[in-house]
Amino acid sequence: MRTDVNAFVGSYPFRRVPGTSPDAVLAAMDRVGLDEAWVTHLPGVFWRDPTEGNAWLLHLAREHRRFRPVPAVHPGLADWRDALRAAGDAGAPAVRADPTFYGIDPAGPAMRALAAACGEAGVALSLAVRFEDGRQRHPNDHAPELPAAAVRALIRSDDRVRLLVTHADRPFVEEVHFGSTPAEAARIWWDICWIWGPPEDHLQTLLATVGVSRFVLGTGQPLRLPENAAAKLDLLDLSPGDRAAIESSNARALAGGRTL
Amino acid sequence: MLIDVHAHFLHDRTPRADWRERNASRLRAGERVGITIHVASILGSWGGTSPTYFPSLPDLRYANDWLLALQRQHPDRVRGYVAVNPNYTAEALAEIARCLDAGMIGVKLAASRRANDPLLDPICRLAAERGVPILHHIWQHRRRDWPGQEASDARELGELATRHPRVPFLLAHIGGGGDWLHSLHDLRALPNVYVDLSGSGVDGGMLEACLDAVGVARLVWGCDLTIETGWAKLRYLEHLLSAPDLERVRWRNAAAIFPPGAFPSD
Repeated sequence: MRTDVNAFVGSYPFRRVPGTSPDAVLAAMDRVGLDEAWVTHLPGVFWRDPTEGNAWLLHLAREHRRFRPVPAVHPGLADWRDALRAAGDAGAPAVRADPTFYGIDPAGPAMRALAAACGEAGVALSLAVRFEDGRQRHPNDHAPELPAAAVRALIRSDDRVRLLVTHADRPFVEEVHFGSTPAEAARIWWDICWIWGPPEDHLQTLLATVGVSRFVLGTGQPLRLPENAAAKLDLLDLSPGDRAAIESSNARALAGGRTL
Repeated sequence: MLIDVHAHFLHDRTPRADWRERNASRLRAGERVGITIHVASILGSWGGTSPTYFPSLPDLRYANDWLLALQRQHPDRVRGYVAVNPNYTAEALAEIARCLDAGMIGVKLAASRRANDPLLDPICRLAAERGVPILHHIWQHRRRDWPGQEASDARELGELATRHPRVPFLLAHIGGGGDWLHSLHDLRALPNVYVDLSGSGVDGGMLEACLDAVGVARLVWGCDLTIETGWAKLRYLEHLLSAPDLERVRWRNAAAIFPPGAFPSD
């Protein structure tokens, strides 16, 4: 079983990306041997109301059982608790928020309230550090990257919330992990899509220092080639148990046993 | 056969205490991926005693000597680019001649001087005379100056390539940061510029755009600082290309632009 916790469907506003349709993402999953993907409605990230993509996403997940929906929740909108409740009712393994794209403080009161509500509901909260390399972003793509300080603040803000942080690199992971108590750090999962392999061996180092239990397979597809995450794992000398943990069982722990 | 046209090694005078581990990791990962030859450069002291992109003459000489030694140590796996700083023109020319005579197979220009500067012309003339390619560090669509380097972009490299049509230029790491799509627009009409596919970027659509812009005949495979991204692109290319075209990207295109006999089965 291989689970991609970081996938997207739908078009990207800042450049043409092939393979964003559900069928194309499923084909890419077949190509690299992924059994299921936690998917975000990509256009919604950039909408004033990102939850307007949720109904389509939930419908998609009902149609294609290999997709698990990660609906968006914008805690700056008055009825955000309804969106969270709907996601929970639908068995979503996580909800996502992209505060810097929504124009709200990533560690402010609204995001803290969302973290607390996710903790209470038992739904993981997914946060992306970035979508593209900062050096190549479109001239009109100005939203700041998620700061590590915000992740530290959110994990401290509620002792039940579980966070999935995607697209983080080694310094970001280390700053948050070693800037948190062991109990806090044990509620954060990191996807591997932005962590370097050899010869710098950042992922190998993090698996030794932070621990295998904290990492999950994420690709960032189709914005990124899903082959990258698989290649990264193939370059490690992982035991079958550790590989299975990264590819699936850690994601199940992150999801808290939530199923559709 | 698989040739990585963009590799680096470290040495004992760089700031990295883990230089042995990093070098060993590159070779070990290369074995797993199936890299036949790492064509590498060392940019002086990597910031130890002079800046990475503005290396001093002693640092360059030490690094090039170190790389020659590595090439002798691994004749079946390592080849070298001679790295030079074109601000020291006479010394750069002498260093290129020295290192090519000793077995290196190309020239590495990084970011000591803008690519379209006339100061690079004598180096290109020597490259043409010796029949070796130039790998040029590129910031894809440089919109401003960045600290620590006098980086060039594809348009500036294109001016140099137009002045020296006999020299094959490798536009470094299309996935290495910056707006690669902007670079590709500049490369369509430059037949002597090849796209080095290395870099940490593995954007969906990038390889299709490279093929569309320059065709399979001008793509060369490489890794630079992240071997897993090189391997990922190779795996994806297996789905995009026919077997003969994949062979071109894996090594045949590189073999055609490096000197005859540079590689084992060449």
